[in-house]
Amino acid sequence: MIPVLLIFIPLLSGLLLFAVNNDKTAKNAALVSSIVTLGVSITGLLILQTSAHLVCNTSWIPSLGSRFRVELDGMGQLVCLLTAISFPLIFVATYRNEYKNAHRFFALMLLSQAGLMGVFLAKDALLFYFFWELALIPVYFLCSIWGGEKRIAVTFKFFIYTFLGSLFMLVGIIYLYFQANQSFAIESFYALKLPGRTESWLFWLFFVAFAIKMPVFPFHTWQPDTYEQSPTAVTMVLSGIMVKMGIFGLIRWVMPVLPMGAWSWGDTVSLLAVIGIIYASLVAMQQDDLKRLVAYSSIAHMGLMCVAVFATTKSGMQGVMIQMFNHGINILGMWIVVNAIEQKFHTRKMSELGGLAQKAPGLAILLVIVALANIALPLTNGFVGEFLMFNGVLSSTATKYNVVFTVIALLSIILAAVYTLNMIQKVFYGNTNTLTASGTDVSLNVKIALIVIVVLIFAGGIYPKPMLAVTNDLSDAILSRMNLRY
Amino acid sequence: MPINYYLFFSLALFCIGIVGVLTRRNSIIIFMCVELMLNAVNVLLVAFSKMHHLAYLGKSAGAVSDGTDGQLFVFFIMVVAAAEVSVGLAIIVMLYRNTHSVDVNFLNRLKN
Amino acid sequence: MNNILQLVWLIPLFPLLGFLINGLARKAMSKSLIGIVASGMILASFIVSVLVFIEVRKGNTQAVVLFDFISFDKIHIPFSFLADQLSALFLLIITGVGFLIHVYSTSYMHEESNEHFGRYFAYLNLFVFSMLLLVLGGNYLIMFIGWEGVGLCSYLLIGFWFKNNDYNNAANKAFIMNRIGDFAFLIALFWLLSKTGSLTFNDVFSKTDLLSKTDITIVTLLLFVGATGKSAQIPLYTWLPDAMAGPTPVSALIHAATMVTAGIYMIARSNILYTMAPLTQSVIAVIGLATAILAASIALKQNDIKKVLAYSTVSQLGYMFLGLGVGAYTGAVFHVMTHAFFKACLFLGAGSVIHAMHSQQQDIRYMGGLRKYMPWTHITFLLACIAIAGIPPFSGFFSKDEILLAAYAVNPIYFYVGAAGSLMTAYYMFRLYAMTFQGSFRGTNEQEHHLHESPVAITFPLIVLAILSVIGGLIGIPELFMKDGHSLAEFLAPIFAGSLKLQHAHAIDHNTEWILLIISVGVAVGGSIYGYLRFSKNPELTDAKGFGKLLENKWYVDEIYNAAIVNPIRALSKFFSKIVERYVVDGMVNGVGRSIQYGSRQIRLLQSGQVGNYILLMVFGIVIFFVIEFFLKKG
Repeated sequence: MIPVLLIFIPLLSGLLLFAVNNDKTAKNAALVSSIVTLGVSITGLLILQTSAHLVCNTSWIPSLGSRFRVELDGMGQLVCLLTAISFPLIFVATYRNEYKNAHRFFALMLLSQAGLMGVFLAKDALLFYFFWELALIPVYFLCSIWGGEKRIAVTFKFFIYTFLGSLFMLVGIIYLYFQANQSFAIESFYALKLPGRTESWLFWLFFVAFAIKMPVFPFHTWQPDTYEQSPTAVTMVLSGIMVKMGIFGLIRWVMPVLPMGAWSWGDTVSLLAVIGIIYASLVAMQQDDLKRLVAYSSIAHMGLMCVAVFATTKSGMQGVMIQMFNHGINILGMWIVVNAIEQKFHTRKMSELGGLAQKAPGLAILLVIVALANIALPLTNGFVGEFLMFNGVLSSTATKYNVVFTVIALLSIILAAVYTLNMIQKVFYGNTNTLTASGTDVSLNVKIALIVIVVLIFAGGIYPKPMLAVTNDLSDAILSRMNLRY
Repeated sequence: MPINYYLFFSLALFCIGIVGVLTRRNSIIIFMCVELMLNAVNVLLVAFSKMHHLAYLGKSAGAVSDGTDGQLFVFFIMVVAAAEVSVGLAIIVMLYRNTHSVDVNFLNRLKN
Repeated sequence: MNNILQLVWLIPLFPLLGFLINGLARKAMSKSLIGIVASGMILASFIVSVLVFIEVRKGNTQAVVLFDFISFDKIHIPFSFLADQLSALFLLIITGVGFLIHVYSTSYMHEESNEHFGRYFAYLNLFVFSMLLLVLGGNYLIMFIGWEGVGLCSYLLIGFWFKNNDYNNAANKAFIMNRIGDFAFLIALFWLLSKTGSLTFNDVFSKTDLLSKTDITIVTLLLFVGATGKSAQIPLYTWLPDAMAGPTPVSALIHAATMVTAGIYMIARSNILYTMAPLTQSVIAVIGLATAILAASIALKQNDIKKVLAYSTVSQLGYMFLGLGVGAYTGAVFHVMTHAFFKACLFLGAGSVIHAMHSQQQDIRYMGGLRKYMPWTHITFLLACIAIAGIPPFSGFFSKDEILLAAYAVNPIYFYVGAAGSLMTAYYMFRLYAMTFQGSFRGTNEQEHHLHESPVAITFPLIVLAILSVIGGLIGIPELFMKDGHSLAEFLAPIFAGSLKLQHAHAIDHNTEWILLIISVGVAVGGSIYGYLRFSKNPELTDAKGFGKLLENKWYVDEIYNAAIVNPIRALSKFFSKIVERYVVDGMVNGVGRSIQYGSRQIRLLQSGQVGNYILLMVFGIVIFFVIEFFLKKG
């Protein structure tokens, strides 16, 4: 029942919101709905500690052999929890942002949440695809209606990119469906034993879709543009949760289903990802727009996760799974700060800001903590994930180049420090200018959201054991399934 | 008489029809050529049903045929062709009224 | 009574509490309350450290596991502390010197507003907390947490006056250089973890047979690179002099007494690995020596009181690494301890001077004659100078000499170069002393009017540290003078026992030892006297020329780094973001779109609207189909 609730609470409340014609009510209703979802998600987490499965399996499209099967498992739990935590935080942090037709805005946001939940819960390929699109389509509208100046062109780019990827994936799913005796169930996909060459090209059909979503170099150019032009609340959804769909899909639908493909292309993909890490970090150093800076830093982080997935080691897999959660939290924190600055000073250019630490010490401290988590300082959550991922890559036996990949990828911790500290310095330190002299500290709602994030950062960084325990069985299962075929 | 004669006859009619459709610009003549192609097929149908129905019988056991199925089809086709001709001619008449021409090369746009 | 070792976690807990209290409630608290909380917490830690030390002295050591940090499958990294001889000694140094510096800071920072005062002490407490984690950690990961933590605090404190962008740049530089070291450190950790399956010290050191010769060399080298970042050695030392942008007590605490010794601690802790990697040892010895000489040569011509001390720190750290490189682990740790005393004393003395000089004057060319105005500062500074110069029986003599003797045993050249370095040390320290305290005052009248001795909160730590600088060396008297005089070596023996077994004994006979002693004392005394005489009457006031200019400009190392590393990276980054990102990657994507548009524009021409054309194409199509079906298809 819990998985169904996770999907239908946002779905139904989203649909209802279209009918509410009062913006204030809509805003509060969306907040309430997202908090209820969070409650349900936490309940699910608690139930799973004691009993076995939370699954709903009913008939959906019998003629195609597709069933409505949603299930909460280790990795799903973490990302669902991330989704459930993120939305209330987003609504709280952007509470003072003004939107035209706010009820539609919030309705679309909630629909997107429903889609995301579905993606993370679905155990049926067709259902997965359905939710994948359900999560994306509201975002297209959100960007193209409430976005910045260049929103139409950028949304179009985003749309083409992701849709192209989705189409490849659909072809792959249909092919597998026929190979698996017309069944979309995940087990029948897992049971497939395809010849190596078939897996090899099927791998790319799926990988392109997920690589665009993550995004992996060189499929990333939609991302900075879209992040820049979207309303910040949408950017938060996009980068906090939606990019995780790529990694998630990779772990659930590619690695265990097409292990031969993953192995034969692992080096190529890791190389792309590693190049992407360095490339994105270097590009980030040059950005003046805060949103673009965070966007590129996110590309670098996702690249690392991608490398770690293809290392196919326990440590790497565990690291990726908890890093999906941790990175979501951290980057959300970054966006909240960016949003607060933009709302207050109507600019995101670092060159126009400065000296905010004098005017907004609270914000400065919170940002510094979030930024440090983002560059993976020990005792913050970012460190645990990155430590495990790097460790996983170095100890990987799936590639001959494990040392090279580790060393190059590790360079990112230096580069990340460079651009992050530079950002802190330009925005918060130094003297105030005419623009920032009139600044005040941020409002209570932003602080609350950031404090929650900071608490999560330290909790995940000091005592990661529960999180690791949650994902432990699943990463074992995936790796053993891959090794069966080796 | 071997069936080949009918085949070649029908082929010839069909080709004349095609060439006519391709080369003529007068829509009425094109229309007539289309009829020609249609009737070439009719000839084939009659010929096959008269001279070849036993081969069909042999293949699917239990079916009853006395060689008139194809000829029945021809009647259907003729009826449908007649209906088509009436619609087609009506269109051509309308075209003529609007453009004072039956030349198909003038008709290269759907709007206006 | 093993309980006290179980309570070792209290030691870092106190500063953490101090950090939280001062950090969160700083606006609500008065300055004196903030000062009391911060110093009190460190004092509490110090008391517990003393108890721990006494317990360890009895020969008890203990690993305390608090909880599982990262743990699944075979990877098992607990959050554990290790209380043994080495960590107990460092605990005493850190909390002891740390406490004095906290007391000092309450007066030194008193002009800051309440909020910044609280912030300062919060950072300082956090720093002590990180440093304690570093030395108490029972495995490399916990050590790394402290390792990064001190880097962070150093960043925060260097950039404490964040309105000044030069300070911020210095802070960024410190953090990034440290990160470069951490990068290597992390690789070493992963390497160890993948080969031995553990990061816990005792496990790793007992499983060295799992590591091949190459593994050990790689790991030790990487760890050493980490240490060069933290302990400011070539090539990563340039951040330390810049770090003087922070408040002076910070320089004393972080950039002299504690944080920069983290690298020494780490290598001393892993001594068994290093003893098994002779290649790495030579590298360490050479780099340490080179750093000692290079930094000393730069210090000869610096005019900023803190810069001189900063370079002397780098130089002294070089000696410690020399000690580690030649296997004199005890000597290195000994020097860490004595150095903590006299360098903290010097820095705090410098702080006292800067405090007394109006308008934060730090240039010694505008000082002079301060002896009359600041007697306590003067006498403590002088004692510390003698100690660092290595004149017996002050502390610096014993520790530095132990290192140099061990260096001679491995390679006499090390000794001679090292002795040259100590000549320079003695010379520039007395140059500094003479130009600051001797002669007549060269500042403005207003400044002269302002000169005064600092309050007791400042002089008290100075006096304590000066006493320690004088007598601190007596715990390590060489056997030459007194049998069983080296109580420190005895105390630390269990830590270095493994290495001692592997080392080949290089015994030096007593005659040689006497000669070497005389040489090093001779250069120290000679350098001191020369420096004192040369500068006490005729201070050097003009800008240096020729070779001196090269030294004054620090061999242009910063400029070389900028030209060779920083600027190329910047250029690359610019190239990527302005050219590659826009025209290549995005160009590719847009190119696909554009080529599709172009293609469709061409194909559109086929749609002529001529029915005849359509039919012709159709007929062609059918004909081709027939041809394929009847003639080309086989079978």
